[in-house]
Amino acid sequence: MTTPNLTIDLCGTKLSNPTVLPSGFLGTSKSLLKRVADSGAGAATIKSVSFEAREGHKNPTVIPFEAGLLNAVGYSNPGAEETAREFTNLEDVSIPVIASVIGTEAGDFVRVVDKLSASGFSAIELPLSCPHTPGFGLLAGQGTPESTKDIVSAVRKATKLPIFVKLSPNILEIGNLAKAAEDAGANAITAVNTLGPGMIINIEARNPVLSYRVGGVSGQALRPIATRCVYDIYEAVKIPIIGTGGISTGRHAIEMIMAGAAAIGVGTGIYERGIDIFSKICREMETWMSENNFNNINEMTGIAHE
Amino acid sequence: MSNGFDQPVMMKIDKIINESDDTKSFMFRHNLDYKPGQFIMVWLPGIDEKPFAVSYYGDDFFGITVLVRGKSTKYMHSMGVGEQLGIRGPFGHGFSITDNIKDGSGNACVIGGGCGMASLTVLIESLQDNNTTILTGATTKTTLLFKNRYKDITIFTDDGSEGSKGYPTDALEDLHKENSYSIIYTCGPEIMMSKVYEFCKKHNIQCEASLERYMKCGIGICGQCVCDGQMVCKDGPVFDSQALGKMSDFGNYSLLKSGQKVSINDYGKWKEA
Repeated sequence: MTTPNLTIDLCGTKLSNPTVLPSGFLGTSKSLLKRVADSGAGAATIKSVSFEAREGHKNPTVIPFEAGLLNAVGYSNPGAEETAREFTNLEDVSIPVIASVIGTEAGDFVRVVDKLSASGFSAIELPLSCPHTPGFGLLAGQGTPESTKDIVSAVRKATKLPIFVKLSPNILEIGNLAKAAEDAGANAITAVNTLGPGMIINIEARNPVLSYRVGGVSGQALRPIATRCVYDIYEAVKIPIIGTGGISTGRHAIEMIMAGAAAIGVGTGIYERGIDIFSKICREMETWMSENNFNNINEMTGIAHE
Repeated sequence: MSNGFDQPVMMKIDKIINESDDTKSFMFRHNLDYKPGQFIMVWLPGIDEKPFAVSYYGDDFFGITVLVRGKSTKYMHSMGVGEQLGIRGPFGHGFSITDNIKDGSGNACVIGGGCGMASLTVLIESLQDNNTTILTGATTKTTLLFKNRYKDITIFTDDGSEGSKGYPTDALEDLHKENSYSIIYTCGPEIMMSKVYEFCKKHNIQCEASLERYMKCGIGICGQCVCDGQMVCKDGPVFDSQALGKMSDFGNYSLLKSGQKVSINDYGKWKEA
């Protein structure tokens, strides 16, 4: 039997496999993206960038628990100009690189996209879904169909690059939101951002552990919810979905693909299995696909709906 | 994942040692699963969380050494015995002690600069039965750390107020001729470590340096402490000559809290502020 083919076409960009590094993990420098590429990822997303530099929340910003991670980093980033400088000559990174762009309102997103226009990014991702940073995402009301439409339409006019819209698992009618993004010109949906906010209290300290007190939940705890979100979105839109949330094995990846994902995000799993989790997941997918007579990713996408 | 604590565990301060005017050590009664060169994250609920080296270590105790600098270290200095701090870790990759050092056939040199000495004490104690040279440097007499902890320690101060005037690296050429080191361990200002690394490279000596970068997660996922594709919290903080040789940021650049890449001097100024 031949080795299954893991390559995919994501909005016109060829990926050697469907694993994608989501924003917020390791995406602070080009050197780390190269390492992520060497570790077998199919594509990588940089840490979200705002127009002005941000220091983010105080430490602790990330805390592991039994079923994943709780984080409130607060969008620390060096701003659009510095980010454009760090990520020049992106052809040095052997995989496609996605720019995650944040803003407080539509015009703010556009200003960042303009700054990054010469950098060679393969796509722009708009996370309209952060649950723990005032002024951005859910806390700025960006998780409504109207706001999604406004922001996506504005960015659509500013770039020819594919636009990915990252949605929150908090939104019950997530299919409607995905449809609003698609109608406004989005080329793919990233589903999902972290869930929550959640809280972890140290009972001896009688204090929440995160300095921001609350943060987004990722990892195993999020996976069944992320899978359901992808399932719902697949019913609602025609554009591809990057299924993200708690994937740490090849079986999890295939489950997400069967729910409707064309590609899969792997972030929290890096903590569980190390940075080479990307190649581990790919080998596990190949083995399972061989045993179950699947030759490529497309054959599996959405088949849980049939 | 580590063998230590994923989440902070509150521990009572058992003892406080005044090391110098602006430096105190805080001791805890706990058997920590720790290797020399690793670090722990210390949480002050409602204030901040910062990485610290373990500077005292035994079967049933460990301690950290804290130089007063910003808001959190000021707060720590105001704390008393019986008060609690949150500890998670230990994290990271520590120093290696090669067989020729263990069996006494090779010589080692340990070079600490300023509060970098706090990252080297547990290493020094695990090397103490072997022929090890200890060099320490500080800006002035009152900022020297652990000068009375070892009977055989060579002291340097920038202003000559104690020991020899100058830097530990000044003495390396002569000491190496005499002792023919097979490994040099170092922790301190990055400019100093970078000089040590260059010396080792020139003389074909193995070098291990403990790096410092602003950290957030401590567990190798956020990318804040990146140094040329290496995560200082997970792949380091200790790196060997082979790794250091591939890191063009070593001795040159570091990221501020926002992720902005600045010169190591500007980073130092930001940390002091």
